[in-house]
Amino acid sequence: MTNTASAVDNGVNVEALLDAREVLTDAPDAARFVWRAESEWKGGTHAESRVEKFFGLGEEQRHVREFSYDTDHPEIFASEDKGSTPVEFVLVGLAGCLTAGIAAVASNRGIQLNSVAAMIEADMNIQGILGIDADVRNGFNSITVNYQIDADASEEDIAALVAQSQKRSAVFDIIANPTNVNVWVNL
Amino acid sequence: MGQSVTRSAGAIDVVVIGAGHAGLAVSYLLGKRGVDHVVLERGEIANSWRYERRDSLRLLTPNWQTRLPGRAYDGDDPDGFMTVPELIRFIDDYAAANGAPVRTDTTVTSIRRENGRYRVTSNRDCWTARAVVLATGAFNLASVPPVARDLPAGVRQLTPFDYRSPECVPRGGVLVVGASASGLQLAEELLQAGRQVTLAAGEHVRMPRRYRGRDIFYWLSRTGIHDERYDEIDDVQRGRRLPAPQLIGSHRLPILDLNHVSGLGARIAGRLMSVQGGRLLFSGSLRNVCSLADLKMQRLLKKIDGTADAEGAPAAGQYEPTRVDETPTLTMDVQRDDIQSVIWATGYRPDYRWLDVPVLDRKGRLRHDGGIVDSPGLYALGLPFMRRRKSSFIFGIEDDARDIADHLVGYLHSSSRGKANGIYTDDPTARSYRRSA
Repeated sequence: MTNTASAVDNGVNVEALLDAREVLTDAPDAARFVWRAESEWKGGTHAESRVEKFFGLGEEQRHVREFSYDTDHPEIFASEDKGSTPVEFVLVGLAGCLTAGIAAVASNRGIQLNSVAAMIEADMNIQGILGIDADVRNGFNSITVNYQIDADASEEDIAALVAQSQKRSAVFDIIANPTNVNVWVNL
Repeated sequence: MGQSVTRSAGAIDVVVIGAGHAGLAVSYLLGKRGVDHVVLERGEIANSWRYERRDSLRLLTPNWQTRLPGRAYDGDDPDGFMTVPELIRFIDDYAAANGAPVRTDTTVTSIRRENGRYRVTSNRDCWTARAVVLATGAFNLASVPPVARDLPAGVRQLTPFDYRSPECVPRGGVLVVGASASGLQLAEELLQAGRQVTLAAGEHVRMPRRYRGRDIFYWLSRTGIHDERYDEIDDVQRGRRLPAPQLIGSHRLPILDLNHVSGLGARIAGRLMSVQGGRLLFSGSLRNVCSLADLKMQRLLKKIDGTADAEGAPAAGQYEPTRVDETPTLTMDVQRDDIQSVIWATGYRPDYRWLDVPVLDRKGRLRHDGGIVDSPGLYALGLPFMRRRKSSFIFGIEDDARDIADHLVGYLHSSSRGKANGIYTDDPTARSYRRSA
């Protein structure tokens, strides 16, 4: 399955990923990562969040630079729309994760990708966040992802890529499965 | 019954632990090779089958394929599947025919490595062996996930070991956790007994019982899939973790799958992820685990098609994709949804609590290379995908047991070179080792 990997170029370093898998199998401590974001209120419903440092492979790490993101709400929420809605960031995270996974799995399976595009929709009843109806949840009722993929592979192999990517996706897991969330206030 | 062993305990070349199909198979092959050995059995021959299996269970292997070294099935129902009493008789007869040196009612409580030998202590006696074969099986204990601890006290929890028939399960709704062979068979049996069943399905292996006019096991063998070796496949750990395929030992259904049990009225939910104050939370990944199972089944059937075409087998039937609700259940409330019991069909694991040799990895799995355990002279048999994909099936033991017996004989030869005098007396070396240690 992997022997044709060298023939394709999806820009994914498969060797490095496979090496990491091998090394981290026997080094569970190195596999412990901590991801971080810092956020600051800017006024109204606008916040600016930054990511740069994280922890992994046993030590502090950092991105090549700091990335910063604005979140706000649209004008129909009586906000100033200085950034995307936080729930849209969740969709951005899911799309980024699944697409990266598709590229990695395709490379591992020796499948050349020509184009990968995703359309994500999530529906939500805002009676939940507005506290109108206690039976309505705050979050999404469901998320639908539609992929358009052009690759040198059969339809079944492409479907298997997308399925495998979901199986190995962190964000898919975070959304589909419960996570304990602890929010503290430091006075 | 095997021959009753009257020899006194003490030094011996090989101790085999467990008189199930695996222990008896290797005993037969060791006997053929003239190796002095004893088989220690905690209860009776085929004990797990006698006392730890439910009433309706049948082997997943068709009779024509059920065999042990030196003995094939010779009954009049080659296409049938053995019931548990039939299998017990098959194994009993095998032990008797071979005069297997079995000591029953002998529970091993400890195995230690001392001065290059194994000290095997049981409730009755003590042996010092140059080699030991662990043939105690891979299905001793139910693997129950930690989330079980969070269920409210009023919910009755069972494992497949506690389950004999639907009457064992309290009235009211049942949650079956797991979609392997056990989970689906239990769900079907409970549904047919008129119970309300919810089935929580994580990753599973979908497979038809018959395909292109033959039993699926015929094709798995003909295509070489059953014989795939542990050292020749990409990722043997993944192969060893695979849940048992959704099969049942019966031809009354073309396929036992989620569509079948949902057609009987089961509610299908995703994997059970968490229990919080009486609320069950299921994964939202059901659609994907079903897609994965459908894709993998199609890939398997396509592989079989190559062989089936060459044999002129009849055309393939069609299997509709697994039906998944538009919005599968994500939560259930134990009270509101009347969940009276939970059955953990979440897999099995071997019991090594009596093994005092440091050969387990951090997840409690035996460290071995195709059954050659990471301690000289220690061997295993009957573990999933131990040397071949078929390793954990009855018919799969023969090739593995032969490999292990050959390796073991080689080990005895090489380790006997330069051995001290007195090895056959009652372990003086072990005592002196303890003193010096």
